[in-house]
Amino acid sequence: MKNQNLYKYILTIADNSLILAHRLGELCGHGPNLETDIALTNISLDLLGQTRSYYQYAAKLKGESNTEDDIAFLRIEREYKNCLLVEQPNTHFGYVIGRQFLFDVYHFMLMERLQNSPDETLAAIAKKGIKEVSYHKRFSSDWVKRLGDGTEESNKKMQEAIDDLWRFTDELFYMTDSEKAIAKEGIGIDVSTFKEKYYEEVAEILKEATLTVPENKYFTKGGKEGVHTEYMGFILAELQYMQRTYPNMTW
Amino acid sequence: MSEKEIKNLEQIFEARIARDEKIEPKDWMPEKYRQTHIRQISQHAHSEVVGMLPEGNWITRAPSLRRKAALLAKIQDEAGHGLYLYSACETLGISRDELYEQLHSGKAKYSSIFNYPTITWADMGAIGWLVDGAAIINQVPLCNTSFGPYARAMVRVCKEESFHQRQGYEIMLTLCRGSEEQKAMAQDALNRWWWPSLMMLGPTDAESVHTEQSMKWKLKRKSNDELRQQFIDQTVPQAELIGLTIPDPDLKFNKETGHYDFGEIDWDEFWQVVKGHGPCNKERMSARVNAWNNGEWVRDAAMAHAEKNEKRKVAKAS
Repeated sequence: MKNQNLYKYILTIADNSLILAHRLGELCGHGPNLETDIALTNISLDLLGQTRSYYQYAAKLKGESNTEDDIAFLRIEREYKNCLLVEQPNTHFGYVIGRQFLFDVYHFMLMERLQNSPDETLAAIAKKGIKEVSYHKRFSSDWVKRLGDGTEESNKKMQEAIDDLWRFTDELFYMTDSEKAIAKEGIGIDVSTFKEKYYEEVAEILKEATLTVPENKYFTKGGKEGVHTEYMGFILAELQYMQRTYPNMTW
Repeated sequence: MSEKEIKNLEQIFEARIARDEKIEPKDWMPEKYRQTHIRQISQHAHSEVVGMLPEGNWITRAPSLRRKAALLAKIQDEAGHGLYLYSACETLGISRDELYEQLHSGKAKYSSIFNYPTITWADMGAIGWLVDGAAIINQVPLCNTSFGPYARAMVRVCKEESFHQRQGYEIMLTLCRGSEEQKAMAQDALNRWWWPSLMMLGPTDAESVHTEQSMKWKLKRKSNDELRQQFIDQTVPQAELIGLTIPDPDLKFNKETGHYDFGEIDWDEFWQVVKGHGPCNKERMSARVNAWNNGEWVRDAAMAHAEKNEKRKVAKAS
């Protein structure tokens, strides 16, 4: 395949959306109230829509008879390039919001830059996506503030989630070789350029939410290289169940 | 108010309904009308919300990205229906929290069909095709019901349900055009959902307690048996078209009546599920109760935060 780096680059972005959409999909019907249930489903749907656009593009690059579904469902775990943050479980609503918030701030900054990519398809996906992601970021930041500056219990729970998830944030700025190559070509984004800005914005919102910015300097990474947490296998067991059990069928 | 005055108001009220005028929340209404509407609208809202669970069961396992997105969107529509219906119900002077309380305590009912398990992907097709199909037959007449907020909510609900029904049928069609395994999966789903779908139209007319009063208030336009016949007449040719067999050996088109004759419905099963002993009643209820209880700290936090913000605003202004 030509464009091997571009293909891989697309996956590092798209897999985040797929796996986060999956985690949010698990919550459908189980939210703390109907309005939040609808909002989380909405975010899941947006992410899934973005995933499809990326995978359709990736499938085209891959050629032959590849489809978005082959890419979504028929890879082995090591071939999924999402960051570890998005695969973390829905431990409680604080974790759902914490995971979303830490991802959304990053995702928004990435889309902001990607919409100017000379690659027309990526730019178009990002232009459409940024409107959605800007809503996601507002939703999750507002909830971080509500929970942080709500009751004593909610403050404790929100802090617990942020403290626990913090160790996955550094990976957002880790760059694989394909990312580096694509950034060098001027098509992809050098994510290290907005790392500082990311932590500043996150800290500002946490402060407003009366939460403490974690001081933990030990981070975990691996997802972007395909080395995932133990949760990933179970996510894929559900995600791939139908395609693996009934191969080569139309649904 | 004297008894005579009340009687007079009741007559004016009934006459308005007879003239097809809409009753609005601020209008005078007999207490029984209010209570009947709270019961029916909330039961409908609860059905939408509990109905999210059996389908939600397949979001993470949907077989393609397109199907996954459509399923998510469908369940989101159901949550939206729940939302308008709870709001319509609140106009009758009851809060959403009280309605939830009635659901969680078992006082309020929801459609029994959602107490059946969704065990294969074809169940997503069968639910759309049959369950939403039966729901539409129940609901279309409600677009002209006498209580304004309910009638208006139903116009939107019916439009979306009809889309869901076509989508469900299309899932079944795709399976029937597929491999032997896929066809078998579709047939199996029809076998399991057919009879419970017929039961959705309610007990037979002889057993139905609410029909007469509901007809007068236009909460009902046709009897349960008439609706059931309409559903069967509409659905049998759809099954034939995609090569599926209705699991009823007594099903036969009757040339004289122009309708399908059908076999005996197992009403013992119906009452067993209604009374709480169906395959998933406990699971559905505990999922709802857990969602509510686990969400309490979140709702409390949102309230506390809103109050703090309000105080800060007042402090800033003064």
